[in-house]
Amino acid sequence: MGRVEGKVAIVTGGGSAGMGRVTSLLLASEGAKVVVGDINEAGAQETAEQIVAAGGEAVALRHDVASEEGWAEIIKLALDTYGRLDILDNNAAMFIAKPLMETSTTEFRRQNQVNVDGVFFGMKAAIPAMELTGGGAIVNISSGAGIVGFAAAGAYSSSKGAVRLMTKSMALECAQRQNNIRVNSIHPGPILTPMLEQGMDDLGGGDEVRGMFEGMAPMGHLGEALDIANGVLYLASEESKYVTGAELAIDGGFIAQ
Amino acid sequence: MARVENKVALVTGAGSGLGRASALRLAEEGARVVVTDLNAEGGAETVAQIQAAGGTGFFIEHNVAEETEWLSVLAKVEQRYGQLDILVNNAGVFLVKPISATSLDEFRWQNSINVDGVFLGIKHGMALMEKSGGGSIVNISSIAGLVGAAISPAYCGSKGAVRLLTKACAMECAQKRNKIRINSIHPGGMLTPMLEEGMAALGGGDKVRASFESMAPIGHLGEALDIANGVVYLASEEAKYITGAELVIDGGITAA
Repeated sequence: MGRVEGKVAIVTGGGSAGMGRVTSLLLASEGAKVVVGDINEAGAQETAEQIVAAGGEAVALRHDVASEEGWAEIIKLALDTYGRLDILDNNAAMFIAKPLMETSTTEFRRQNQVNVDGVFFGMKAAIPAMELTGGGAIVNISSGAGIVGFAAAGAYSSSKGAVRLMTKSMALECAQRQNNIRVNSIHPGPILTPMLEQGMDDLGGGDEVRGMFEGMAPMGHLGEALDIANGVLYLASEESKYVTGAELAIDGGFIAQ
Repeated sequence: MARVENKVALVTGAGSGLGRASALRLAEEGARVVVTDLNAEGGAETVAQIQAAGGTGFFIEHNVAEETEWLSVLAKVEQRYGQLDILVNNAGVFLVKPISATSLDEFRWQNSINVDGVFLGIKHGMALMEKSGGGSIVNISSIAGLVGAAISPAYCGSKGAVRLLTKACAMECAQKRNKIRINSIHPGGMLTPMLEEGMAALGGGDKVRASFESMAPIGHLGEALDIANGVVYLASEEAKYITGAELVIDGGITAA
């Protein structure tokens, strides 16, 4: 019996070889049927193929989290294909690695469209679908940078701060509605993913930049996508049925300092 | 493969409530569990339940406030298993009194168990874990270690101390690169014998119980298993990048 046996999950940003793919694979290996969305359709297909090759069930589609219409489409796909929705992992994000003083208004807005609007649209679209079958769990991927400031990426930090409190507010709203939907956030520290690699490149790359990210974590090394996937699994499963509005830091000690 | 297969776990206050549930879940996931408690009868019952479910465990009588007892308990663990991988500092007491009615003796008693007990557990547990290459320590704090509660200032003070003792020791372990992770769990209103005693101290009855139930936006009390599942997660390798963190399991109380 898997830890999320028979549940249906949507994972956004599930096509990248980072947290989204690893989380999709882990949820599937624990018994969930996974709808993999990503703006990179080929990547989403690849994730779904890996799940199916491992004996699981998955479908993929091109999905832009910043588009409200896109959300209607992915929810419909989940319900049409699997008849229910139990888990939403709002994982898709972008990382503008720039100080605020160098960030254009267009970049600032783009950052928030993906990281903030995407989570808002996702929760708003998924909750009615989850209510049809008696509840569910939403996991929003925020960041350590949603709890403490980050000089190298102020717009990113502010977008992730929004995710943190949108999570708590929605958790309370769901509790008021007594709809049996829990909403929590995960706050990754520096995790080795394609998104972080790209951010490190944007900051000039090389050993020095990588050393800066490694040094952020008192543990002294970067985390891996599986560390986050395991947190999503815990928060998505019935094991965490009394956890809502909480923030789970998976960061090698980054925010404990 | 179980989630904490072959690990050796020590759970304090495991004769009832959160401790018993944690001991049972760890055993179910493959750990050999050392059950400690002041209450020998409760501890024996926990071991009996572990064994009845096919797990492995044994009981040691243990007052967590006494350093000599920690040394002797850990010596027995080392002698029996040669290692310690998981320590759950769960034993705690809940003094339900306003500060104006709390005597200095009561305040010190509260801290001797909830704070000294965790300090001693981390200090001496860490030493044994280092010998076998690392481990995971889970300290049971409380939401009363995050926000104030008028009914129990001494308890809040003790649980706040556990929260930051956890983070500071996590930083110390990270600096030492000793592969020991330390995290805290912050339960809200969980239906345990400790909470039942606390409710009785407040006069008991439906009204008092309803006041605890309604603290949680979710609208009901949690159960010991909710905490035990958090313990298993933080104790396992699944949480290998988590240290100095606080896991809140409270039905949404502190989100508001």
